[in-house]
Amino acid sequence: MNILAGLFALICVFPFVFVVIISFTDEKALARDGYRLIPKEWSLAAYQFVWQSGDTLLRAYGVTILVTVLGTIISLILMSLYAYAISRKSFRYRRFFSIFAILTMLFNGGMIPTYMVVSQLLHLKDSIWALVLPLAMNAFYIMILRTFYSTSVPDAVIESAKIDGAGEFYTFMKIVIPLSLPGLATIGLFSTLGYWNDWFNALLYIDNPNLVPLQSMLMRIESSIQFIQQNSANSSMSLAAMQSIPQDTSRMAMVVLATLPIIFAYPFFQRYFVQGLTVGAVKE
Amino acid sequence: MTAFLKNLIRNRVMLFMVLPGAIWFFFFSYLPLVGTVAAFKQYRFSREGFWASLMKSEWVGWDNFKFLFSTNDAWLITRNTLFYNLAIIILGLVFAVGLAILLSELVNKRLAKLYQTGMFLPYFLSWVIVGYFAFSFLSMDRGMLNQIIGWFGVEPIQWYSEAKYWPYILVFVALWKTIGYNSIVYLASILGIDRSLYEAAMIDGANKWQQIRNITIPLLSPIIIIMTLLAVGRIFYADFGLFYQVPRDSGTLYAVTNVIDTYVYRGLKTSGEIGMSTAAGLYQSVVGFVLVIISNYVVRKIDKDSSLF
Repeated sequence: MNILAGLFALICVFPFVFVVIISFTDEKALARDGYRLIPKEWSLAAYQFVWQSGDTLLRAYGVTILVTVLGTIISLILMSLYAYAISRKSFRYRRFFSIFAILTMLFNGGMIPTYMVVSQLLHLKDSIWALVLPLAMNAFYIMILRTFYSTSVPDAVIESAKIDGAGEFYTFMKIVIPLSLPGLATIGLFSTLGYWNDWFNALLYIDNPNLVPLQSMLMRIESSIQFIQQNSANSSMSLAAMQSIPQDTSRMAMVVLATLPIIFAYPFFQRYFVQGLTVGAVKE
Repeated sequence: MTAFLKNLIRNRVMLFMVLPGAIWFFFFSYLPLVGTVAAFKQYRFSREGFWASLMKSEWVGWDNFKFLFSTNDAWLITRNTLFYNLAIIILGLVFAVGLAILLSELVNKRLAKLYQTGMFLPYFLSWVIVGYFAFSFLSMDRGMLNQIIGWFGVEPIQWYSEAKYWPYILVFVALWKTIGYNSIVYLASILGIDRSLYEAAMIDGANKWQQIRNITIPLLSPIIIIMTLLAVGRIFYADFGLFYQVPRDSGTLYAVTNVIDTYVYRGLKTSGEIGMSTAAGLYQSVVGFVLVIISNYVVRKIDKDSSLF
């Protein structure tokens, strides 16, 4: 049993390890032998190339970090406020706004009408907001948060705060938020991951090379590494230099660089994800 | 009227709290619903914006739908979407439950935690990355798979243009990405099962297999049924990333990789068939809606707490 479980875990991790190895392979050895688990010649050339043409990658990193931070903050603010209001029994319109949110899970206009609204009505095309706003709210997360509030913040606590003269906002900031921190952390992590891994909104809305996030850049270089040459500082490279570019390995190196933050961060956050998964299954 | 105003004023703080979110829902969820009328129009983008585009496009009634369903495409994308989702739901269930049982039986808890961390990893990676992973195995001249079959004297296969392998590849990749994550849900409920049941069974002489069959699986079945029904409710929606990134948008594979979601996207970005793609999207939404309602209704009958609404 131990072996079976271990084997499956290995299968899950193996492709990543494999890609790391490829990125450290010498390009010529690669052309000769193909992708190997134990390459005949190791090389750092891919990382050197990526480092030298760094501004494209750095910019993509920057866009991704900016979108992730901004997006997570905005979604947490929007969703925590919304979920709190509909969790309060004293809120007269809680039923209306609950249904208003839940309906969006059942029926949506689909990709093309959403595209029309975002590009033609809100004019978000080629702006950072096209990457931030479409992912800002999620009815399912709101439901999880609502459940979290109603289980971890007893009504009595809120009532007593009110009796002590605290306003709704003050109560929310000083009592509700600290008590529901684990729930907020869970949703915050899901959002962070969603923003970091998003490529779809960039595919739809971003044409400006300066606004391309990391995942989307990886997609675009798939067909040609020229993207990075055209947009890098040393575009004056000679033809000979261009031909010597470690194409395959540097693609893999960029895959590694885009994945690394997640690989390092997620074992620490795994606990929250597990918690979030199980909390989501419980309803009031 | 004054009562209504009074209520608004009394609830003003709460209303203020839901306002930003409600505005978001209005723009990103409800206005697009208005946009679905494009399915009944000969849609043309107008420079004057959203409303002008919608208003100025000519009504064509059900023509977009008629055209869509008269082509092979409608049948193909529906079949692909349903087939892949079914395969992924069934196999995913078997493997995720199996894995959860396996993990729960491991004696060494630290090792179990380590395995779990590994199994969880694919869920955290984007489809772009997974697409690259697949490429490292499937590349024609360099991929590991062709090297391995080379050892057995088999000629290299051009994976990205051979349609017949892709149903297996796509299902495999989908399972690889999600099983570890899904098994957590089942593992959580297995750990919630009363240990004394197993002790009693052991005293009665039940072996491991009998314990699993007569205690674990029956006690898991409500959550299994609910997870499955919820997945069935979403059977008309395919994971766009899986079908777009992993086959690298390869045209020769469309027959086996095109699903409703990718079809709609290509209608928007490449073929420019806005009206027909919107029709396909609307068809997906309507059928999807009916399925969600039905499955939620059934879930409600089984376990009220697990239903969505």
